Amino acid sequence: MEFTSADLKNYFDEVIEMIEEEKDYLCELDRKLGDGDHGVTMSIGWQAAKEMIDGDLKDEDDCGKISMIVGKTFLNAVGSSVGPLYATGLMRGAKTVKKKTVLNDDDLAEYWLAFVNGVQERGQAKAGDKTMMDTLEPFGEAFQVKFESANEFIPAFDHALGFARKGMESTKEMISQKGRSSRLGERSVGFQDPGATSAYLMLLTFLAYVKNKSAQVS
Amino acid sequence: MKKLINDPKNVVEEMVEGYVNAHPDYIRQLPENNRSLVSVRETKKDKVGILIGGGSGHEPAFMGYVGEGMADGVAVGNIFASPSPQPILEVTKAIDKGAGVVYLYGNYAGDVMNFGMAAEMADMEEDIEVGAALASDDVASAPVDEKEKRRGIAGEFFVYKAAGAAADFGYKLEEVVRIAEKANENTRSMGVGLTPCYLPQTNEPSFLIDEDEMEIGLGHHGEPGIEKGKLETADRVADRLVEDILNDMDLEKGDEVAVLVNGLGSTPKMDLYIIYRRVDQILKEQGIKIYRSYVGNYITSLEMGGCSITLMKLDDELTKTVDHAVDCPMFVQK
Repeated sequence: MEFTSADLKNYFDEVIEMIEEEKDYLCELDRKLGDGDHGVTMSIGWQAAKEMIDGDLKDEDDCGKISMIVGKTFLNAVGSSVGPLYATGLMRGAKTVKKKTVLNDDDLAEYWLAFVNGVQERGQAKAGDKTMMDTLEPFGEAFQVKFESANEFIPAFDHALGFARKGMESTKEMISQKGRSSRLGERSVGFQDPGATSAYLMLLTFLAYVKNKSAQVS
Repeated sequence: MKKLINDPKNVVEEMVEGYVNAHPDYIRQLPENNRSLVSVRETKKDKVGILIGGGSGHEPAFMGYVGEGMADGVAVGNIFASPSPQPILEVTKAIDKGAGVVYLYGNYAGDVMNFGMAAEMADMEEDIEVGAALASDDVASAPVDEKEKRRGIAGEFFVYKAAGAAADFGYKLEEVVRIAEKANENTRSMGVGLTPCYLPQTNEPSFLIDEDEMEIGLGHHGEPGIEKGKLETADRVADRLVEDILNDMDLEKGDEVAVLVNGLGSTPKMDLYIIYRRVDQILKEQGIKIYRSYVGNYITSLEMGGCSITLMKLDDELTKTVDHAVDCPMFVQK
């Protein structure tokens, strides 16, 4: 498929909309485990990104630059732990598509794998710690295997998203090992991790976007 | 919860604006970043810069401790969220006098990542040497064998005090870090929560608790504590908190401590002094000498009700830092 810089901006716009819709739900999840602000934090970061996308990035067609600036903007607006984690993902992804205005399947695959690895490297969490890596790690692994064998982006992403979902849902049964909620110990069991949830929602939004786009083309 | 605010989105910006305009003789905002505040007071040449920071909602922490004798600059985060690396970096550049800058912050995942990224940027992009010391005084947040997981609460105040004094004494960066770490090593806190705080943006309670309940070990952002039970008298609560602290630290008859009884936001000073009265009694009974005491709202959690008790075990070096004069907008010690 052909994924243009306009598509990338459209995708970010859809993430922004999605976060506004899910803001209260993400806060609610976070109140069980942390200080109840995950939805607010995501909203602050993505609203800042929106200003950038509608402003400075309006005529920008370098996918690398767009993703880099969105990441940096998100980071500066947010701080927190969410800021460095998502920003590192977006910025590492950006590096793989530097100076590209149109992305093909290989580019997109590289982008998302770099995204996953960036979050992992920054947070040093692994699947089982009850963090966003419970979504991203199984997603990345399943995606890589599937994409290497079939070389088609959308089916591989779709397939991997199932693993992401299972990973997200599995956080309900986990004892938190990282971040503020790790101090809860066993009392963290029973609640789905808000970071794992927002990570899943970002991936889900991407799949919906590319599926919709390819349906329109064909 | 009723709040005296305008648009909840703007609470941090408007607070900072008010603060800077109220205390122009102490502090200024950097033109590069409105979340970067630095002291306007002249400091000695070659003094190590002290940078503090963290989320908003803990006032007078953290910006209230920028001034003479404590911090030279502060990076201000969103409510209960670490500042991002950019404002930290801007403060670092502004307060470095060639002797490097020490970052002081609480042990939270977000702070560790953002201050860590800023330290890397200061080193790589600006060639400024950065040291760091983290506060991890909350006994309730992890068992003693997992001390590296403990979060920083009111005891951070003693870490700022120690590092700020050491920097003023003209100590080099590694020495300032060592003293800050030593202050943290010797400091323990235990808190109790009575009523939740409400984030301005959601206006939802940070935790749920019945009218007649208290929660021991509650975190500074409403993170659940270790035990919820019926509210007890001030004396019984102080007994419990001090007992947990003494069980966790190595204090013997004849030792000297600094004591901090810290209000979380909406608990009156009357209650805090009633708590202090009992802390004083217990320590006297144990033959532990209180060298200096601090009672009041030092690190709060918006309008949360409750308090924490902090003890720092003193030696000659730490005593000297406790005695050091401080002049900040929200804290003065002569």
